[in-house]
Amino acid sequence: MEKKSYTISVYSENNLGLLNRISTIFVKRHINIESLTVSASEIENVSRFILVVQMTEDAVKKIIGQLEKQVEVIQAYYHTEDEIIFTETAMFKFKSELLFENPNIQNIIKEHNMNIVTVNRTFFVLEKAGRRHEIDLIYNALKPFGISQFVRSGRVAISKEAMNIRKILGEIV
Amino acid sequence: MSLKTERIIGAEAVVKSLIEEGVDVAYGYPGGAIMPIYDELYKYQDQLQHVLTRHEQGAAHAAQGFARTSGKVGVALATSGPGATNLITGIADAQIDSTPMVCITGQVASHLLGTDAFQETDVISISSPITKWNVQVTRSEDIPKAIAKAFYIAKSGRPGPVLIDITKDAQQGELDYRYEKCTHVRSYKPVPETNLEKIKQAAEVINNAKKPMIIFGQGVILGEAETELKDFVEKSGIPAAWTVLGLSALPTSHPLNVGMVGMHGNYGPNKLTNECDVLIAIGMRFDDRVTGDLNKYAKQAKVIHYEIDPAEVDKNVKTEVAVLGNSKDTLAKSLEFIAKNDHTSWVNEFRDFDKIEYEKVINGQLNPTKEGLTMGEVLQGINKATNDNAVIVSDVGQHQMMAVRYAKFSNTRSNVTSGGLGTMGFALPAAIGAKMGTPKRDVVAVIGDGGYQMTCQELGTILQTGTAVKIVVLNNEFLGMVRQWQQLFFEKRYASTEMTNPDFIKLAEAYSIPAKKVSKRENLQSAIDEMIASDTSYFLEVMVEKEDNVFPMVPTGASVSEVRLS
Repeated sequence: MEKKSYTISVYSENNLGLLNRISTIFVKRHINIESLTVSASEIENVSRFILVVQMTEDAVKKIIGQLEKQVEVIQAYYHTEDEIIFTETAMFKFKSELLFENPNIQNIIKEHNMNIVTVNRTFFVLEKAGRRHEIDLIYNALKPFGISQFVRSGRVAISKEAMNIRKILGEIV
Repeated sequence: MSLKTERIIGAEAVVKSLIEEGVDVAYGYPGGAIMPIYDELYKYQDQLQHVLTRHEQGAAHAAQGFARTSGKVGVALATSGPGATNLITGIADAQIDSTPMVCITGQVASHLLGTDAFQETDVISISSPITKWNVQVTRSEDIPKAIAKAFYIAKSGRPGPVLIDITKDAQQGELDYRYEKCTHVRSYKPVPETNLEKIKQAAEVINNAKKPMIIFGQGVILGEAETELKDFVEKSGIPAAWTVLGLSALPTSHPLNVGMVGMHGNYGPNKLTNECDVLIAIGMRFDDRVTGDLNKYAKQAKVIHYEIDPAEVDKNVKTEVAVLGNSKDTLAKSLEFIAKNDHTSWVNEFRDFDKIEYEKVINGQLNPTKEGLTMGEVLQGINKATNDNAVIVSDVGQHQMMAVRYAKFSNTRSNVTSGGLGTMGFALPAAIGAKMGTPKRDVVAVIGDGGYQMTCQELGTILQTGTAVKIVVLNNEFLGMVRQWQQLFFEKRYASTEMTNPDFIKLAEAYSIPAKKVSKRENLQSAIDEMIASDTSYFLEVMVEKEDNVFPMVPTGASVSEVRLS
């Protein structure tokens, strides 16, 4: 079976140590987590993990079983990219003189609808949310100017299908 | 349940909570970070017996042994740092063998966490992959709830070990104590819902089968479904084989009990796994030691899987129908839809293979013509002396496979062994717990000379508690199973498997345990009889044939139908 990129969503209690438990499930099976985001979810005190992995569908199904087996995991799902709306955020830091000395940077900012987060005498910071390939494109375009710092967040994703976490928790919607 | 609130310290809350959970025996070893709890155990010793083992690993295995025979949750206590890490092997063993256990570890005071304080170890991180659940408690007031949750999780659904790490300041601080048992954790569903349609579908497949075969595992024992299994087997007339951990759920003498599957399982069930048309797996997980090469495992068969853990379904073997739920309920419900049937000629196929196995393997073990003693005849002697009623606790290796192959059982919860993890050193401490879990029964630990020396310090625990454990060491002066593999697969290069052993009789006598050594056949049965008749603990060393092998054998990577008889 062919390996594909799957986005795994895990709804869980917001408890200390659960990140460790979840990551060991992947480590035990020698699976690399390509991206990981942990945040609040739409439900109070319920956390949401978003993980991106390259696996076969058969293997990802088994991983979902192992995740759901954890006492503090409420529910886990896996999706292909066409089943979710997803994005990631990148930030770039440059020396301030570049902004004034090199008009090409300004063109790139406009062309890609980038946000200028801050500008001061010594540096400026650009931000862009988008798909991985867009950010890669911008990164390659900006690289020749000398990026002093670059960072990209993990994927955040929302599923097209409904997730009935409240129902699972037995709460009144 | 106590409804009134009282002001006590955390350590007392630990002990009172354990008593509320019905714990009357706990195994452990004191140390700095758990001293406040031990101080309370001293006060409550009339209600809760603490058994001082000689090593924390012994405490964990004793708690496992207790859980396995009693069906209750085993409890082990240890201090922080090395105390906690010494529990780890037992916890890993309990996790893979689904044994309900609650481990309580002391931890350095919360203000010292993360400072590399004396005896500080991050036991939460270490134990995360091998516990069903774990939690660190740093506030006294959180102790009763943590313990209530721990017992609920350890025992419910597919059981497993739970660890609670309690900082010393939480043990010493005061709280308003009130105990309420835990009956629900919102993110945790211990038993999946059973779908009646699946029960009907499974029954239809089973009713139409021409050559159906059952393989049952420990899920039957953990679900207390022994009667339901027996009814299911008898009504359907389907031959039933077992995994190592399923052993004793159905009496050995049952006419439809066709023996063990897997690497050293019986000839018939291994061969016929690849000929049956329907394979009914009940509370078992298709471990690699059971299946051999999965690509050549029961490919012709429709697989029905009765299982409590959804993560086990389709994990190793694809199922036609999966019936989720507790084995007791699902088997009872299935019984309504299972047609009365008999499969005499199919059962006879198993018996035909039995005859071949008897002639080629079993006869040589039970009626040896050579001078050296066999492990099989020792087990046969134990069967005879106990009328098939003993609890057999085995260690890991050749003697373990001989024990599960040749011990006969009339009662459930009688086979205690380290199945999934294969932990050498398990048997002696586990036997102490096993005996305390069922004090009226004969508990016989069958151990190899290698594994015995991994935990033989627990003779001290036997001495101090006076637990009447019967210990049989089958001594071949080898790490026998590894030696067998070296003989078969490494051209007899016996790398580090030969053992120069101490005088085991003197060792037992040093602990005031009556001891006898047998090297000749004519002395064997009388020595076994004397051991079983003894009211106290007893040590019996049997010198067995040095280079005997366990057969049948499915070599690693081979198909179960390629099982070898020599």
